[in-house]
Amino acid sequence: MKLYEYQGRELFLEAGIPAPEGTVVESVEAFDDVADDLTYPVVVKAQVLTGGRGKAGGIKFADDEDEAREHIEAILGMTISGLTVEKVDLVEAIDIDKELYASILVDRSNRLPMVMISDEGGVEIESVPDEDIHKMNVNPFTGFNAYHARQLTQRLDLTKDEAKQVGNVLAKMYKIFQERDCDLIEINPLAVTSNGEVIAADSKVTINPAAEFRHQDLEGGTEDIPPLEQEANEKGIAFVKLEGDIGVIANGAGLTMATLDALEHYGGNGGVFLDLGGTDDPAKVKTCFELMTKAEPSVIFLNLFGGITKADTVAEGVVQVLEEEGLDVPLVTRIRGVNEERAREMLQDAGVTATQDLKAAAKKTVQLDKNVQAGGGA
Amino acid sequence: MVVMVDEDTRVIVQGITGHQGQFHSQAMMDFGTNVVGGVTPGKGGQEVNGLPVFDTVQSAVDETNANASVVFVPARFAKDAAFEALDAGIELVNVITEHIPTQDAMAFAHYARYKGARVLGPNCPGVASPPDGAKLGILPNRIFEPGNVGIVSRSGTLTYEMVGALTEAGIGQSTCIGIGGDPCPGTTFIDALEMFENDPDTHEIILVGEIGGTAEEEAAAYVTEHVTKPVHAYIAGRSAPTGKQMGHAGAIVTRGQGTAESKINAFKEAGVNVMDFPTDAPEYVKA
Repeated sequence: MKLYEYQGRELFLEAGIPAPEGTVVESVEAFDDVADDLTYPVVVKAQVLTGGRGKAGGIKFADDEDEAREHIEAILGMTISGLTVEKVDLVEAIDIDKELYASILVDRSNRLPMVMISDEGGVEIESVPDEDIHKMNVNPFTGFNAYHARQLTQRLDLTKDEAKQVGNVLAKMYKIFQERDCDLIEINPLAVTSNGEVIAADSKVTINPAAEFRHQDLEGGTEDIPPLEQEANEKGIAFVKLEGDIGVIANGAGLTMATLDALEHYGGNGGVFLDLGGTDDPAKVKTCFELMTKAEPSVIFLNLFGGITKADTVAEGVVQVLEEEGLDVPLVTRIRGVNEERAREMLQDAGVTATQDLKAAAKKTVQLDKNVQAGGGA
Repeated sequence: MVVMVDEDTRVIVQGITGHQGQFHSQAMMDFGTNVVGGVTPGKGGQEVNGLPVFDTVQSAVDETNANASVVFVPARFAKDAAFEALDAGIELVNVITEHIPTQDAMAFAHYARYKGARVLGPNCPGVASPPDGAKLGILPNRIFEPGNVGIVSRSGTLTYEMVGALTEAGIGQSTCIGIGGDPCPGTTFIDALEMFENDPDTHEIILVGEIGGTAEEEAAAYVTEHVTKPVHAYIAGRSAPTGKQMGHAGAIVTRGQGTAESKINAFKEAGVNVMDFPTDAPEYVKA
């Protein structure tokens, strides 16, 4: 779950990280109610869960109330990377002298939290040369201590007092990182003002999806998740909409990916990744096919390996779908594992192509897709 | 010499009274595993599949001398279960549970290092050594055949597929290790490669990777430096787009990192054979 910038800022303020005062509004009318209370100049910032807001015109500086109103009118409803701006954050403008970068993330290679800091803030961190980013792993059992801060800040070009403030921000970021199960907490820029104050001028916070149950007080923002993926997520099914047209249902994430790869090998393009998971419950199989049908694939390829899952029980679900709802698109199946012969027989009896050969099934699927694309039907 | 599990492995199942715990404690015994008991808080004194159930891991260890544990408890209790096992002196903790908060997984994987123990998982199918008739976890019994190919994988079903293809071709396996699909696994590819390299019963190694992270690139570097046995690899997710999580929590290409291409190139440079299809495994392995 990603948090909006203003939500991250609120977490920062709660934890004692200096951040500008801000007010969130969702309409011009709401702005008019608070316009008198704001201190100008003010920065109007689009609240969307994507980068590149500045370039898209989603961040504007306003000297007075009228200018702020103009910007709010322009920014609300604007589309940035496919996301509609529904909220703007009005924050006091700060006089920035230096822009630093600070983040804490999960370092998969070392399987430890990693703190990163750089003098080169205010730009995309991907564009900063690696030698200018200072990194340090933190042992989860020692936590982040003063010496970590000293070791990191000594690598930056800062005054003693600034270094102390940055160290303090890092310690508090780490506290949030741990307490809030963050995958990422990033401040870019971490601003040093002309008065020598260190202030979080932005926030990016991602809560680990598996840990959301511990943070139900936080409500994340709307991400650009297609409605079908959303529906599948709610049903506990891993579903990803892709660029192509062929719908793939397989059991296990790795096998589903491998199936899409096999189609690509023969010149086909996957349109849906659907992981059936460890189920052989015919009702769940039916739900999966319903979701798949809504994605309007050209062909459906069911690739099943029954390890613990019984292939014939899955086949039973498929046959039910065919008998009750029918399918408007061709279905190719490749079945291995527990009770595979019986599963293939059941499917063949229902008029479905059923094989045990992955390559043959992938080729056949790609051929059917090409027939559909050529307008020849299946 | 064996890898991870053998006839001296004495296994308890944490969460044995649940559906999964009941089913898989029996399946493990059917494979030949020496399962000695189970733990479910509040259900001490009961029996499951003829095995004694204890309230705590410590009492299970005291009574049965268990040295390995398989964790089936729900995600929100998994950290407690893993710490409990490690504190009771369990040497190998296999966490099957999916959707465990990443920081919990980091913490118990890290704690295992201090205890000189090993965590396998989370979100993984376990480990099986067919020649020793020993298995932890949920790997299907029927696909295995004793032999000399070592397999390590981030994916469950894909591994079954590959093992199934090997067995069908008459090629047996020494040990099959599922390290799991999460971002912070307790046991890594490198750990597995090291064990296989040192295991005289493993003659060739198959590594099954997927998109996300840089574990495969690190494994490739390790192969170059330390592995003398033939290594074959399969990487899932060549057709996966950037920024989309493909089912597993760890399977996502971000910031130009974690692509299949990068992993395949790293393996090729390390002299590892890279397969196009998981079902091609028998054509690559000589054993």
